[in-house]
Amino acid sequence: MPDSLLKNYLISPERYDEMVAFDGQPRSHWRPLLEHLGVQDDEVLDRRIQFIQDAIETDGVSYNIYGDVQGTKRLWELDALPLLLSSQEWATLSEAVAQRATLLDAVLGDLYGDQNLVAEGFLPPALVYGQRAFKWPCVGHRPPSGHFLQLYAVDVARAPDGHWWVIADRTQGPSGAGYALQNRIILSRAFPDAFRELQVEPLANFFRALQDGFARFTPNDGDSPLVVLLTPGPYNETYFEHAFLARYLGFPLVEGQDLTVRDDTVYLKTLKGLRRVHGILRRLDDDFCDPLELRADSALGVPGLMHAVRARRVYIGNAIGSGVLESGALFGFLPGVCQRLLGEPLKMPSVASWWCGEAPALDYALDHLDDLVIKAAFPSMRMEPVFGHQLKGEARKEMVSRIQAQPHAYVAQEWVRLSQAPVWSSRHDHRAVPRSFGMRLFATATPNGYVVMPGALGRVAPRHGVEVISMQRGGSSKDVWIPSEGPVHRTTLLKSRLGVIDLVCTGSEIPSRVGENLFWMGRYAERCEASARLLRSVLTRLSSRADDDENVLPDLLAACRRIEILPKPEKPLSPGETEKLVVGAVCNPKVNGSVAANVQALTFSADQVRERLSSDNWHALTRLGRLFENHTASTSFALTALDRVMLDCISLAGFAMDDMVRDEGWRFLILGRRIERLAGLAGLISGVLGSRRESRERSLEWLLETANSIVTYRARYRRTPEVLPVAHLLVFDESNPHAVAFQIFALERYLARTSRELGLGRPDTLHAVAEQLQEFDLTRLEAEDSEDACADLAVLLRTIRATAFALSDEVHRRFFIHTDEVRQ
Amino acid sequence: MTTAPLRYHILHDTSYHYDQPVGESRQLVRLTPRDLPWQRSLAHRIEVQPEPSRLLEFIDGFGNPVSSLHLEAGHDQLLIRAESWIELHPRTLSPLMESPAWEGVRETLSYRAERRFEPDALQATRFKFESAHVRVKREFAQYTLEIFGPGRPLLDAVNSLMERIHEEFTFDPEATDVATPVTEVFAKRRGVCQDFSHFMISCLRSMGLAARYVSGYLLTRPPPGKPRLIGADATHAWVSVFCPQQGWVDFDPTNNLQPNLEHITVGWGRDFADVSPLRGVILGGGEHEPEIAVTVVPEVEFDLVYGGDTVPELGRREPAEEAEEDLD
Repeated sequence: MPDSLLKNYLISPERYDEMVAFDGQPRSHWRPLLEHLGVQDDEVLDRRIQFIQDAIETDGVSYNIYGDVQGTKRLWELDALPLLLSSQEWATLSEAVAQRATLLDAVLGDLYGDQNLVAEGFLPPALVYGQRAFKWPCVGHRPPSGHFLQLYAVDVARAPDGHWWVIADRTQGPSGAGYALQNRIILSRAFPDAFRELQVEPLANFFRALQDGFARFTPNDGDSPLVVLLTPGPYNETYFEHAFLARYLGFPLVEGQDLTVRDDTVYLKTLKGLRRVHGILRRLDDDFCDPLELRADSALGVPGLMHAVRARRVYIGNAIGSGVLESGALFGFLPGVCQRLLGEPLKMPSVASWWCGEAPALDYALDHLDDLVIKAAFPSMRMEPVFGHQLKGEARKEMVSRIQAQPHAYVAQEWVRLSQAPVWSSRHDHRAVPRSFGMRLFATATPNGYVVMPGALGRVAPRHGVEVISMQRGGSSKDVWIPSEGPVHRTTLLKSRLGVIDLVCTGSEIPSRVGENLFWMGRYAERCEASARLLRSVLTRLSSRADDDENVLPDLLAACRRIEILPKPEKPLSPGETEKLVVGAVCNPKVNGSVAANVQALTFSADQVRERLSSDNWHALTRLGRLFENHTASTSFALTALDRVMLDCISLAGFAMDDMVRDEGWRFLILGRRIERLAGLAGLISGVLGSRRESRERSLEWLLETANSIVTYRARYRRTPEVLPVAHLLVFDESNPHAVAFQIFALERYLARTSRELGLGRPDTLHAVAEQLQEFDLTRLEAEDSEDACADLAVLLRTIRATAFALSDEVHRRFFIHTDEVRQ
Repeated sequence: MTTAPLRYHILHDTSYHYDQPVGESRQLVRLTPRDLPWQRSLAHRIEVQPEPSRLLEFIDGFGNPVSSLHLEAGHDQLLIRAESWIELHPRTLSPLMESPAWEGVRETLSYRAERRFEPDALQATRFKFESAHVRVKREFAQYTLEIFGPGRPLLDAVNSLMERIHEEFTFDPEATDVATPVTEVFAKRRGVCQDFSHFMISCLRSMGLAARYVSGYLLTRPPPGKPRLIGADATHAWVSVFCPQQGWVDFDPTNNLQPNLEHITVGWGRDFADVSPLRGVILGGGEHEPEIAVTVVPEVEFDLVYGGDTVPELGRREPAEEAEEDLD
C-alpha cells in the first residue's frame, strides 16, 4: 500500500469507509487502483491532476450558482480519485434501483390514473392532493409509451453498517447523468492505464439505451422520430449539462419559445419552417411547462403543450406531474406500496422517515428530535434540512410549534452518518483525505424494463465533517468505477474522429429564435448608432449655443421629434429645458427610444445568441451594456457616452462584416441592420425634403453629417450642399452604403438568397418601391422651382419607411413565427 | 317555497379590445354549466369572434367542461359569448341540525394507515388541503373554533360560520383584486364574493374539513321600479362543504343563504384558479382589460328584456355601463 498516498487518511469508528476496512486494510476491490497509483511518482500524479483541471477548463464544464451575481458560472469540480464499487455490490444496487424506478413509474400511473393507492389507504391523500406538485391537468392521461419516468435518478448514501439507503428520489427532470459522463470522459483520459487494467464498466451503453428507448416510445406514426432536449435556458444551474447531453445524444437543444403547438402537435420552429417534434427530454420543471394550464406567469414553457399530451401526440420524458414523487414524506409508505403494486418487497430501504401528518409519527419525531433531520414534506416549500441536534432554545421551540401547526408539511428523517471516501487534496501535501460521500444513480426506461447506468455521479462534501452534500454549496464530484469481471466492450456515441460526412457548412436546423435575436441585434445596433449620431449633432449645437448654428437647431429638434427620438413638447421650452430633455433621450433607459434603452435592447438580444459571438464582439457589447450604469446625467457625460456608443457600434458593424460565419443566422443580422437603416434614412430625408424651402436648405449640411456622408459629398462637389446632389448621394446612389437605394438593393439580394436557401417564398414587399425609386426623374430637382419634386420625393420616402417596417413584420411572420404556414 | 322548476336564460359576453394586434391566442373557457340533480342544461352554445382556427372540448380533472380555443390569425379584438338555457329544480335542503357532528366528519376525512376511504369521502379529500388561493392556518382554525362547539352538527356549524362572515365582512369591490391573498382579506374583513368564499373555504379546511369553490351565476333583482338591464349581472361564487350523509351542501357567504332556485352552477374546483371562466396566453396585445357583461333572465321576463326578439348579435352592441365589475 503506497504510504505517501494514505499518510493522512484516517478512518472513523462511526462511519463506513469506502476504501479502508475497519481493520485498517484497503478493501480488496480498491487494491488494484492503489497499487497502480502507488508505483507512479508524485510528478506523474501532479501532471494527471493538472490534466483534469485543464480538461474542465477547455471543455467549459460549469455549474451555475443561483443568486451569484458574478457571472453565475462556476467551474465544475472533479476529484482525481475515482470511487470504486465491487461488481457484486453493484449487481445488488442496480437491481434495487431498477425495481425502484419500476415502482415509482407504476405509482405515477396510479396517481394520474385510477388512484387506487389513496382509496385503499396505502398513501395518505395529503401527500397526493395536498402537494402543489400534483398536477390536476395531468389526471387521466397516460403517456403514449405507458411510461411516466424515462430517466430516473436516486440519491443514495451508505449507513455505518455498510448498507445503502435512499436519501432522495429525483423524478422530475433529474440532473447529473451528463456530468457523470463528462467526469468519466475526463478521468478515463487522465488515468488511461488504470482504467484499462481495471476493465471499468463503460457508460455509453446506458446513453444508447436512453436514446433508443426515447425514440421507440415516441408516437412517431412511422416517421423517423425527432426528439429534442427542452431547457429553461442559459441561466439554469445545470445548463452546461443540457447542452452537453443534447450534443451527445444528438437531440436539438431547445427552449420553450422554439416550440409551438398546432392542432395538438408539437413543432420546432426552424429557419426552414416547422418540424414535428415526437419526443421531449425535459429539463424544465413541471410548473413551467405550459402557461395555459400550469403556472400562468411562466415565460419558459410552451403554451398548449398539455393539449399535445392529452392527444398523445408527443412523448414527454419525464411526464409532466412526475415531480409529485420527490417528496421525502412518501418514503415510509413505499414498502407497502411496493407489495401492493409489484407484489414483492422493496429491495433498498429509504432512510427511516416519519411523516408528521400521522399522529404516532408526529409524537415520535418530537420525542427524538436530536436524532432526526427535519425536512419539508413538499419540495415546493424550499426549506433547508434542519438537524435536530443543532436546534437549541428559542429556535427549537419555534420549530416544534411550526411542526405542530402543520404536521403534514414536515417529515422527520433519521440522521444518517454518511460513509466517507478518499479525496485527493492538493492542500494536504498530495495525500488522500476522507470526506463524506453520497452518489446519484440513474435508470432509463427501455422496452425491456429499466436499465441502470453502471456508474454514478459521486458527490463529496467540501470540507471535513460537513454532512450536507450539495453542488450548490460547494461540494465536489467523483467518477464511480465498477471494475468488471470479464473483458468489456467499449463503444461511445462520440466519434473519436470526424469524417468528411460530419463536416458542417450551414446550420440547417438553426432555431428561429436564434435568427430572430440576430435580426433584432442588427436592428438595435443600427438604431443605436443612427440615433447617437443625430443626438450628437443636436447636443453639440445645444451646448455650444453658437450663433451661427442657432437657425439649424429647431430643424434638428424637429427631425428628432419626427422620428420619435424626442417627445413633442406641450409648451415652448427654454434652451436649458431642451438640453435636459436631450440628455434624457441619451442617458435615461426608462425614456422610450432613448439611446440607453436601445443599448439595453441590443445587449438583451445579443445575450440570447451569445454562443455565436466572438469574445471581442462580446467585449464591445459588455462595455456598451455597462456604459449607462451608475452615471450622473450631464451634457458632458452624454457627449462622451454618444462617442462611445458610436465607436462600439462601428466595431460591432466591423465584426459583423469581418468576423462572423456567413450562414443564415448572419444574414438575418444583416437584414436587421439594413431594414433599420432604410427606415431611419428614409424618415430623416423625407422630413428634410418635406419642410419649407429655407429650412430644407439649411438642413442639408447636418443631414449629410448624420447620414455619415459629408466627407464623400465634400470630396465630390467641394461646395455648399444643394438639394440635387445631396438627394442623389443619400437616396439614389447605389454605391453609398448610407444611401436609401443601397439598402433596398442589398435587402433584395439577401432576401432572395435567404428565401432560396431556406426553401421559403420570397417576400416581394420591396418591389414596388424599388421600381418607383428607379422611375423617379432626378432632373426635376434641377429646376429653379423644385418644390413639387421635393414634395413627391418626400412622399415616396415616407412610403419606403413604412415599407421597411412592413418588411420587418413580414420577415417575422415568414421565418420566425411561422403562423402563416400551411398545416400538415 | 316553489316546487315547479324555473328556467333561466344566461348570456355571458366577454370582449377583449387590444392596444396592439394579437398574433396568436389560446384560451381555455369554463362557461358551460354542469348538469346536476337539480340543474339541467336545456341549450348551450359558445360563440367566438373571430372564428378560431381550432376549438375543442374536454372535461377537466374536476369534471368541469372546458372549451379550448386557438386563434392563429392576427386580430385586435376577441369576443366570447356563452349562452345557456338552464332549468332549476328545488333542492331538498336537509335540516341543519340533523347532520353529524363536525368532529366525526373530520375523522371520516382523516387518513389512517391502510383504512379504505368511503368513495365519496375519498373524492372529498381532494378539497381538504391548501391550494393556490386557500390557506390552512391556525388563525383561521381559531376563528372557526369560536363557532364550532364540541359535538355541534356540521351543517348547523357551517351555517353559523357563514352568518358570522356575512356579518363581520364588508362587501367592497375596491378593497381587493383577484390576486389579494386570503390572509389580507381576513385582516381587512373586506372583499367580494370570491374573497368571502376563499376565506370560508380556508376556515373549513383549517378545521380538517373538505370544502370546494363553486362558480356560477346569481339572479339579481333590479332596483324597485327599474327594468332588468342587459349586461348588468355578474358571475358569482359560493362554497360547498362535504357532509357524509347529505353529500355536498352549498352555502353563499356573500348573501348569507343556502343556494336554491336563484343560483346557477357552472363548475367547481379547489378555488378560483381551478374554475376561472377564461384563461389565456396571447402573443402581443399590449395593455388590455376584458369587458364582461352577464345577463341572467328568468324565462318569464325574456321577451320583456330582449324586446320580444332574440338576443343581440355578438359584437353589435356596446356593453352596458353597469357591467364594469365582473364579480359580485
